[in-house]
Amino acid sequence: MIEALQYEFMRNALIAGLLASVACGVVGSYIVIKRIVFISGGISHASFGGIGLGYYLGINPILGAVFFSIASAMGIGIISKKAAKREDTAIAILWSLGMALGILFISLTPGYAPDLFSYLFGNILTVPRSDLILMAILDIVIIGMVFALYKELLAISFDEEFASIVGVPVNQLYLLILCLAALTVVVLIRIVGVILVIALLTIPAAISEQYTHNMKKIMFYAVILGAFFTFTGLWFSYIFDLPSGATIILISGIGFFTASLLKTMRNRNFVISSKS
Amino acid sequence: MNPVVELEDIWVHFEDKSILEGINLVVKENDFLGIIGPNGGGKTTLLKVVLGLIKPNKGEVKVFGDHPKKTRKHIGYVPQIRRFDLEFPATVWDVVATGRLGHNKLFNNYDYQDKEIVKETLEKVNMIRFKDEAIGKLSGGERQRVFIARALASEPKMLLLDEPTASVDKELDTKFWEFLNELKKRITIILVTHDISAVSVYVDKIACLNRKLYYQGTKEITPEIWSETYKCPVEMIAHGIPHRVVKEHK
Repeated sequence: MIEALQYEFMRNALIAGLLASVACGVVGSYIVIKRIVFISGGISHASFGGIGLGYYLGINPILGAVFFSIASAMGIGIISKKAAKREDTAIAILWSLGMALGILFISLTPGYAPDLFSYLFGNILTVPRSDLILMAILDIVIIGMVFALYKELLAISFDEEFASIVGVPVNQLYLLILCLAALTVVVLIRIVGVILVIALLTIPAAISEQYTHNMKKIMFYAVILGAFFTFTGLWFSYIFDLPSGATIILISGIGFFTASLLKTMRNRNFVISSKS
Repeated sequence: MNPVVELEDIWVHFEDKSILEGINLVVKENDFLGIIGPNGGGKTTLLKVVLGLIKPNKGEVKVFGDHPKKTRKHIGYVPQIRRFDLEFPATVWDVVATGRLGHNKLFNNYDYQDKEIVKETLEKVNMIRFKDEAIGKLSGGERQRVFIARALASEPKMLLLDEPTASVDKELDTKFWEFLNELKKRITIILVTHDISAVSVYVDKIACLNRKLYYQGTKEITPEIWSETYKCPVEMIAHGIPHRVVKEHK
């Protein structure tokens, strides 16, 4: 592994993994506790439309994804607040519309779309320097927002109704959370692709949430776990020559089941020992 | 006494189902009003109308003389606790502190005064020793007290309680009522419940709600109102009521 670090793409991959872990740990914690996993899935898939648009216009597809994911976050957010019923249907429609637009734009683009596959399933080994800078900026925005609005975001995640009574701008903050999710999706696209994003958003937070009830600790552990999964996945994919995005997700999934199993066993031991 | 809540001919329906029909109600300063009625009778909806969370299809709502959306920050709301996610990662302190958000500007941290008030309200409901406990780890009665503390932390002029005794254990029950009795000297209280035995001697006035509101501004309920509300004869319910809200009937 050490000798691999002499390659620039490997160093970039590690930095990308770290930057992605920060975003997915912090925002993923909100996504998990606020139960907007499906909404986040919709946002990430819809952002593929932006990637297609980027190809078509000849600009960086990631910039197209920023635009599309924010737009779909706002769209889904407004729909889920206004339409009390059939929210999931609306999300699914935006989800697939975004994907369809992406495919259409790409087919309209003359020539061959070389790294299309890496946007769908990620390729941490091909992250260019310019994208690293973009990821770092998005991380700073995300952390700044969460730092500034920590107590309000916690309040609306726990009880929107009560928060609105005491005068917290609930709807605006809800849209903000979705926009943070959208930006996180963009950070993660290079690593695991639009289709696998949802795993990295949820698994680290879902594990740490089982072990503490302190939101700050959940975020912190989720960042550490995210980094561990991406680095381990990267290492395996390097050694065994496997696709990096899928390997990272597989490692995360194994991590999740191991953690759940340990937790169950620990609880069972506790019950047995407290009985005796 | 100034009117705190004024409801004038309130109608609420969801789709075709009518929930509230022509509600008129005036609650005055320092009233302690108990509203009783069967499940599905519109009690929670009525509270949400007062809070401005539900806009009535018809009628006018005034709270502290103005639109409820403007004045609801003066209301302390204690919702039913069964709708909460018990896995949620928040401590007792975190939950009660959200009551301070209205006094606190966006982007600022809780200041010294906020922290003092959170501490005081937790002491008041006798929950200070649980302050670092996860909200989901508490018993129903303990959680209820935390939600009351959260409402009080906002320093409200009026308290709305939705089925507050549903999960309070018997032992706690008396203390809970004594606590409210102390509180009513300073603020207005409206309490709704389906449990007639929960409406105790401490309530000053009683109204009955089953889509329509029956209220005479007193603590007594005539057998007629009673059977209108519960759609069954008084005899079936009146026995065992601790504090005789229903008059002797022959």
